[in-house]
Amino acid sequence: MLVHLPILQVIVPLMAAPACLILGRPRLVWLFSLITSGIAFLISVSLLRQVMSAGTISYVLGGWSAPWGIEYRIDELNAYLLLIISAISTVVLLAAQTSIKKEIPKDRHTLFYVLYLLSLAGMLGIVATGDAFNVFVFLEISSLSAYSLISLGKDRRSLWASYQYLIMGTIGATFILIGIGLMYQMTGTLNMEDLAVRLPEVTHTRTVFVAFAFFIVGVCLKLALFPLHMWLPNAYAYAPSIVTAFFAATSTKVAIYLLIRFTFSIFGISFSFTTLPLQTIFLTLGLLGIFVASIAAIYQKNVKHLLAYSSVAQVGYMIVGYSISTTTGLMATLLHLFNHALMKGALFLAVGAVMYRVGSTQLRDFQGLGHQMPITMAAIVVGGLSLIGVPLTVGFISKWYLLLAAIENGWWPIAILILLGSLLAIVYVWRIVEAAYFKEPLIDREPVKEAPLTFLLPVWVLVTANIYFGVDTRLSVQVAQAASQSLFGVSP
Amino acid sequence: MMWMPELPPFALFFIGALIAAVTRGPLRGAIMVAIPIIGAIQLSMVPEGLHLQFAFLDYQLIPYQVDRLSLMFGYVFHIAAFIAIVYSLHVRDTVQQVAAIMYAGSGLGAVFAGDLLTLFVFWEFLAFTSVFLVWARKSQRAYAAGMRYLIIQVLSGVILLIGALFYAAENGTLAFGYIGLDGIAGWLIFIAFGIKCAFPMAHNWLTDAYPEATPTGTVFLSAFTTKVAVYALARGYPGTELLVYIGAAMTCFPIFFAVIENDLRRVLAYSLINQVGFMVVGIGIGTALAINGAVSHAFNDVIFKGLLFMSMGAVLHMTGRINGSELGGLYKTMPKTTVLCIVGAASISAFPLFSGFVSKSMVMTAALENGFDWIWLMLLFASAGVFHHAGIKIPYFAFFAHDSGIRASDPPTNMLVAMFIAAGLCIAIGIYPAALYSLLPYDTGYNPYDATHVLAQTQLLFFSALAFVWLNLKGLYPPELRSTNLDFDWIYRRVCPNILQRIFSIIWTVDRTLRHAFLVRLDRCLTFVAQRNEGVSSLLSRTYPAGSMVMWVAVILGVYLFLSFVQ
Repeated sequence: MLVHLPILQVIVPLMAAPACLILGRPRLVWLFSLITSGIAFLISVSLLRQVMSAGTISYVLGGWSAPWGIEYRIDELNAYLLLIISAISTVVLLAAQTSIKKEIPKDRHTLFYVLYLLSLAGMLGIVATGDAFNVFVFLEISSLSAYSLISLGKDRRSLWASYQYLIMGTIGATFILIGIGLMYQMTGTLNMEDLAVRLPEVTHTRTVFVAFAFFIVGVCLKLALFPLHMWLPNAYAYAPSIVTAFFAATSTKVAIYLLIRFTFSIFGISFSFTTLPLQTIFLTLGLLGIFVASIAAIYQKNVKHLLAYSSVAQVGYMIVGYSISTTTGLMATLLHLFNHALMKGALFLAVGAVMYRVGSTQLRDFQGLGHQMPITMAAIVVGGLSLIGVPLTVGFISKWYLLLAAIENGWWPIAILILLGSLLAIVYVWRIVEAAYFKEPLIDREPVKEAPLTFLLPVWVLVTANIYFGVDTRLSVQVAQAASQSLFGVSP
Repeated sequence: MMWMPELPPFALFFIGALIAAVTRGPLRGAIMVAIPIIGAIQLSMVPEGLHLQFAFLDYQLIPYQVDRLSLMFGYVFHIAAFIAIVYSLHVRDTVQQVAAIMYAGSGLGAVFAGDLLTLFVFWEFLAFTSVFLVWARKSQRAYAAGMRYLIIQVLSGVILLIGALFYAAENGTLAFGYIGLDGIAGWLIFIAFGIKCAFPMAHNWLTDAYPEATPTGTVFLSAFTTKVAVYALARGYPGTELLVYIGAAMTCFPIFFAVIENDLRRVLAYSLINQVGFMVVGIGIGTALAINGAVSHAFNDVIFKGLLFMSMGAVLHMTGRINGSELGGLYKTMPKTTVLCIVGAASISAFPLFSGFVSKSMVMTAALENGFDWIWLMLLFASAGVFHHAGIKIPYFAFFAHDSGIRASDPPTNMLVAMFIAAGLCIAIGIYPAALYSLLPYDTGYNPYDATHVLAQTQLLFFSALAFVWLNLKGLYPPELRSTNLDFDWIYRRVCPNILQRIFSIIWTVDRTLRHAFLVRLDRCLTFVAQRNEGVSSLLSRTYPAGSMVMWVAVILGVYLFLSFVQ
């Protein structure tokens, strides 16, 4: 059983998705999905433990050995990502049944869970697999279900947002496919490890250059790197709250995983960062992303939009860490993957609770909520502090390592720019706090009650994690360090 | 009863204070009296050495360390605590009693501290516990004086802590041994000790706060704080020549203030500084004889100064007055107090056969032996001055002089008992100094009762008395007047605040102007941004059509490919 964990990780949610259709009753389906996600989480925990103690796990699908058959390969980085995705998915699912009652028509509830599990399976698959083409397949599974999930939103603009995401996502996936195809053309293999061995022989060819360019642009679209982020704010803002919370915490992380995996493990550091001008481009775009998206966030009138723009800015931080391309820099990026998942999960879920009670996420509807929904708002404040990077929260940990990496490289101006970016975060977080605590409630709105426990529980699980991992950083730092060192080929 | 020599003396006092806090009446009295007795018996069984140590960070902390020097102070602190507790048995104020015991315990903790961090802790404890003895007077003046006292004491503690940190950084150890004046750490710790020791210009907390404390509180106060500082100097800075000059200044300057001062307890406070000056000189000279003199003088001073403060406390307690101008003629109704006060006065004036004589002479002999001739002259002058203001002035103006008409009786029995004990000790040590000498850190075989010494001192005293009598008869002696005498604290209580007020008013004006100018600019900037706001907002967060997004994809891909191939 333990040997088969890598494939079970993916296959359990994948098979559970159609099984939902048979169950039919929404509450039952919810429970079933929750259990499925919980099992996925347990599997990912045990995988991480195995990897940390015994090293990389290689699982050969169907007994066909590596270059010919499909291989699932779990090292520290994969296990870390699997843990983030399955953990967030499980916590978010806790609130799902309550939330979608208000946001999705009843006849589509079962469908929602099917799509949710498919999307989860897709993301887990992208991370778990060691086969380049498999990546594309799972990418399509997760993306297609994501388009449908977003279009389930109550707001009719969700259809249009989903349509835009569909177009952009498809272009991205196509680019990725083109890239993989060109790599296959040059090397005749799709297995990642095999690719890593064979690519260096042909790196000087223009085909590989083009393959790399297509792949990178495709991934950048998926991870919403500025200026390819334009699909993201609307998609997040108009999707059902649960979907937003799930995707904001996980989907861009998966794309960043792909970026790291392909540039570091497959093309190799020297090719990615010295032969090609990846560092300059990413550093510029990352910093631009931080500032443009943060400033844009300040002007938003919808809290979901605001947080979505903030997500684009946070991706900017991850890309800056990545482009520093030292172990510390990469470690900062990996830490921020984990930490950002915690904070955005908590924030979007808390906003979902507001949506449940108030029925809107416009900033003006937050007025006076500090007194009407104190526990939810407290969660938003803590999440916001974490977003800013206040000590004792996870946000501080990742910013700290990012600054450390920048200073280690002697990039003082970058460090200062990162800090300035945090100042902008203070402004947009303050706008929410100001509305919630310092403004009188709207007269035309009925006073609302505190969110139900089904919301408060997962929200506060995530908020507590925000603080816990901000103080006890052993798990996140240890794994991130191990992953980053193994990517750089430094034996820990 | 079980004896636990390992139990540090301060622990006993702190536990006792806890019990005293929850008991009342005779039971509390019994417990309070028992504390110093048990403590003294314990202490007599303690061998020298380290008795308690543990590691803290990278340093070894030694909260309880015993050697001859600290034992000497340990004994006298127990005696002083015992006398003062008996003296204050009639007090019903729980806060005052508990604070007094804790204060005595802190003093003991400080003298048995083997490292600077422990010393710092008790140093601050001394300040925080003793200030309640001042505040217990419950007058506005006492509150203000206590506040000033606390600020200066805490400041001294903070400087000590900084010095200790520097010391640890320089030497890699916190152990409290010889420190010396080289390096910033040495100076900082020296200043901290100096403030508590009432060095000139840092002495005002003493003359400010002690006379404002309760009659019983002052007795406690006079025993511990300055003696802890003397102990600390004796351990950290023996033989530092600077101390000789500081000490000589301390013996002389208070005399002038003491002679013109009207509040008799403040007179005693000045004479306290004068006596501490003798000890500081002894430490500064640093020979075995000088250190012995300093330590034994500290021992005796605790007792006779306590006796004098007790007699003045008795007067204050019975009459409610303490100004020399308002008192007089009390010997008729307070004969016992009068006699006891005169014993104290004789001791402080170093009459032969009284305790002051056997210790002060050691310091003076040491000064002569080591070639400090001018210092010796200053000390001689100071001795005469002490006799003048403490030996004659105090008993004369309180109990004799003109009859003030007050008919107060002798104080309660417990007060008298305490004073009897102190007076008995003064005379016993004066007659049989060998008992005291056997406790001293060094064995010097010194004998105070040789002909020259006795003669010289007696001459000095008689001529001094003659001067007083003559001045008084001629009407030249400064009369006792209600007045406020300006001391150095005028600088920081009047001049500095005035200057600071001026400076701050200028700073505030400038600050206001600058801030106003800045706010105007900021306002303009914000208005400008606000006008452009709409533009920024729509540019950054507009919803772009899918076509333009795709265009961006193409642009990025193009740029990317271009850059790839250019390289």
